[in-house]
Amino acid sequence: MLVILCPHCGPRNSDEFTFQGEVRPRPDVNGTDPGEWRRYLYLRENLADWVSERWFHVSGCRRYLMLERHTVTNEIRDVELVGGEQA
Amino acid sequence: MSKTPRFSAWNLFRQGISRSPWPRMWDHHDLESSYDVVIVGGGVHGLATAYYLARNHGITNVAVVEKSYIGSGGSGRNTAIVRSNYLTPEGSRFYDRSVKLYEGLADDLNFNVMFEQRGHMTLAHSDSSLRTMRWRAEVNKLEGIDSSVISPEAIKDLAPFLDITDHPRYPILGALWHPPGGIIRHDAVVWGYARAAHAMGAHIHQETEFTGINVADGKVTGVETTRGPIATETVINCTAGWASLVAAMAGIRLPIVTRPLQAAVTEPVRQFLHPVIVSGSLHTYVSQTARGELVFGASVDPFASYSTRGSLEFTTGLATHVVELMPAIANMRLLRQWAGLCDMTPDFGPIIGPTPVDGFFVDVGWGTYGFKAGPVAGEAVAGMIATGRPGELIAPFGLDRFESGTLTAEKGAAAVGH
Repeated sequence: MLVILCPHCGPRNSDEFTFQGEVRPRPDVNGTDPGEWRRYLYLRENLADWVSERWFHVSGCRRYLMLERHTVTNEIRDVELVGGEQA
Repeated sequence: MSKTPRFSAWNLFRQGISRSPWPRMWDHHDLESSYDVVIVGGGVHGLATAYYLARNHGITNVAVVEKSYIGSGGSGRNTAIVRSNYLTPEGSRFYDRSVKLYEGLADDLNFNVMFEQRGHMTLAHSDSSLRTMRWRAEVNKLEGIDSSVISPEAIKDLAPFLDITDHPRYPILGALWHPPGGIIRHDAVVWGYARAAHAMGAHIHQETEFTGINVADGKVTGVETTRGPIATETVINCTAGWASLVAAMAGIRLPIVTRPLQAAVTEPVRQFLHPVIVSGSLHTYVSQTARGELVFGASVDPFASYSTRGSLEFTTGLATHVVELMPAIANMRLLRQWAGLCDMTPDFGPIIGPTPVDGFFVDVGWGTYGFKAGPVAGEAVAGMIATGRPGELIAPFGLDRFESGTLTAEKGAAAVGH
């Protein structure tokens, strides 16, 4: 069982969240080409290491979270609300 | 190299009375300084590739490099289900060839792989899934694959313990019935390929971890392992779970996210369940082994991970679902659970073919359906290495499809449908 410390709701079971994958830089939509856009859509680092990820607290406060998770041990650290506390 | 003996009734009898031990099925070799082909990953894909390279193309100077023992990854962790009733014509054609190879595999390898074609039944719990099943059945029939939609009464005849009343949350409205599907002894497939490939000259290096790929001017020149370097111009990545990490050694990024998939097995009981039962809506599939255990599998875990630990959420969810399907098994006990790593691609199709690095090939991204494709993937990859280009069966599954946007669309039949 994975527990995520939601800054808004406190420690909650990961069942309440949806996993949205590793964070990756999005190309400038006005200056990109189809090849670059598809690489952004499909390619992943898929590291076995600490990874920055986005999660969505779908059955809780419905806020988006950024966190770091180790993909081998599933330890979680540095959970933050996307857009900060006030957003 | 010792001579590999033929398994036969006569040899079994002779060995029985001579009481001498059977010779080893494959030997340990020293790592040579160079090989024509280096295969990363000693699972069913890697070993089948080594076997077909030798048997079909006479390429025997081959090393299979495995970081643990052979069959320790996905090949030993899957639920051993074989079928070919996929949704797309290219998917059905591909897996149909695999089922055909599995049918003849015990003879080909002179090794009992215990393939039992008990029939494979995918349950429909809604009108929309019945519609998809009719679609799949028609695509399958056009490819010459035995596949049809059957009624709840016919389901009851084939699997009397299923609850076909309207009481469950997800009542059974029909099923896609695929008689050639079935279960196989997955370890025997790995051992059979290893023994046959070894007999023809391939070297199987267990406990040899792959640590790097040397690339010069866009071409593979060699590889690094924990037992020393190997000079080679051809490397095939046949790993599952670690495909992204091996590809990264050659500077290649793949469209893969690695997710665990959990499975579990019960205590053995008398035979009562003949076909393989699959329910997409309930995220589960179940079959009874020859030994009598029920083997359950699920869909992939809800987040990416390289961890193979089991979770309580999986067992409780699984129990709820299978008891809804078969109320009579409520008192059976689970013996153990485990997880395997699945390399998921965006379109639920595998990635087979060359990469931008000359001499570096991939046979990866097999998601949750890699085991059943082992023989055909090995045969096709061996053909690609020998001829220098991907054959017709694997042409739709190249890495370049993600650049050009010509994705396959296999999710409807591959997501949970084992």
